Amino acid sequence: MGYTLNFNLIWRHFDKLWGGLLLSLELAVISIAIGIVIGLVLAVWYVSAGRVVRAIIAAYVEFIRNVPLILLVYLVFYGVPTVIDLAYSAPTSFVVTLSVYSGAYLVEVFRSGLEAVPRGQLDAGKAIGLTPWQRLIHVRLPTMMRITLPALSNTFISLFKDTSIASVISVPELTYGAQWINFNTFRIVEVYLVTTAMYLVTGYALLFALRLVERRFRAAR
Amino acid sequence: MLSQILYALPFLAKGFAITLWVSLLVVVLSLIAGVLLGVGLVYGPAPLRWAVRIFSDTIRGIPILVLMFFVYYGLPAAGLHLQSFWAAVLALTLFKTAQVVEYVRGAVASIPKGQSEAAMAIGLTFRQRLTSVIFPQAFRRFLPPWINGVTDAVKGSALVSLLGITDLMQAINQVIGRTYEAMPLYILGALIYFSVNYALSYASRRLERRFAFIRD
Repeated sequence: MGYTLNFNLIWRHFDKLWGGLLLSLELAVISIAIGIVIGLVLAVWYVSAGRVVRAIIAAYVEFIRNVPLILLVYLVFYGVPTVIDLAYSAPTSFVVTLSVYSGAYLVEVFRSGLEAVPRGQLDAGKAIGLTPWQRLIHVRLPTMMRITLPALSNTFISLFKDTSIASVISVPELTYGAQWINFNTFRIVEVYLVTTAMYLVTGYALLFALRLVERRFRAAR
Repeated sequence: MLSQILYALPFLAKGFAITLWVSLLVVVLSLIAGVLLGVGLVYGPAPLRWAVRIFSDTIRGIPILVLMFFVYYGLPAAGLHLQSFWAAVLALTLFKTAQVVEYVRGAVASIPKGQSEAAMAIGLTFRQRLTSVIFPQAFRRFLPPWINGVTDAVKGSALVSLLGITDLMQAINQVIGRTYEAMPLYILGALIYFSVNYALSYASRRLERRFAFIRD
């Protein structure tokens, strides 16, 4: 009781939050970039592959989607190095985890996107004499990208929020910065108010920007 | 290694029970709160609609982890002392409630306007229109995404380990702390979570097919 708000200590340590926010964004951007590559390759492979490959890709997707992210983060950071002789930093470990994690979600996004490409476009590509590879690069993928853009931006924003899990392996992102200030200054309410505002403003700014991009590409149709 | 894991199984089972208990509480409480607020969002007076909209957009805009720390460390400052278990359940429930609100809104919005106009035309009162026309149809649209979201609650419950609650996640970490068998135990944990969630998502796919006939 008698708690009075005092933001002075938050501003004094604001670099922890600001630097944390930038790192959060960096982690999310790198992870989605790698995740998009994983997702694209596996989705294209999936739609043209035999039963065995499909089963393996489906197993990867289902496994990742049904296990808590925090467990995957622990598994990669604390588990994997006990089995294989590899040393990596916590941020690297988290990026690997989040990439594999987003890859699993994006396989599904891209796969349904590929299936949503109208049959007529592919037939038209065939009619003008494009090879299967050309049809993929010039017809299927560009159309699919437009279809999947909204799902892609939603995935990115939820990845940005998921970067908060990196704090459990002491990656100094935004949530970690908030906890640091919480434990060192005890300005609990203030620090979480500021952190919440930072996540909200960044998240909605991203959403707004991505919606603009989507509209730009929809108009080009 | 195997004997150590076998020895730890009863301990892990206790943690697993906590995981299920947290998930169940969160799912049930958020269903009640979410449906009430969701109906408020669609049919309520403007101030209520605004309040629910702000609540939902704020909660869904921040990481669950931040929400959990805010509730856990922040509530005592507001003079409210909750056990860590209930603080964790409260935070996860708030988060899930915001999702349920959106499912409800989406489900009600998907019912064609003609349905409620037809009900009005045959003289049903507002309450009758809701209970006999809108809700029975909206329920079918609400069910599949909601069941899908139940797996999120199970996965999200792993975060309570960070508040020192011995759920499955925390139990695994504690066993690893003693045995140093990190990889086998994390894989075992992953398989347990996987089994529960896969069963749930399988059920939701069946339900989706079961209710597919109302797709227009």
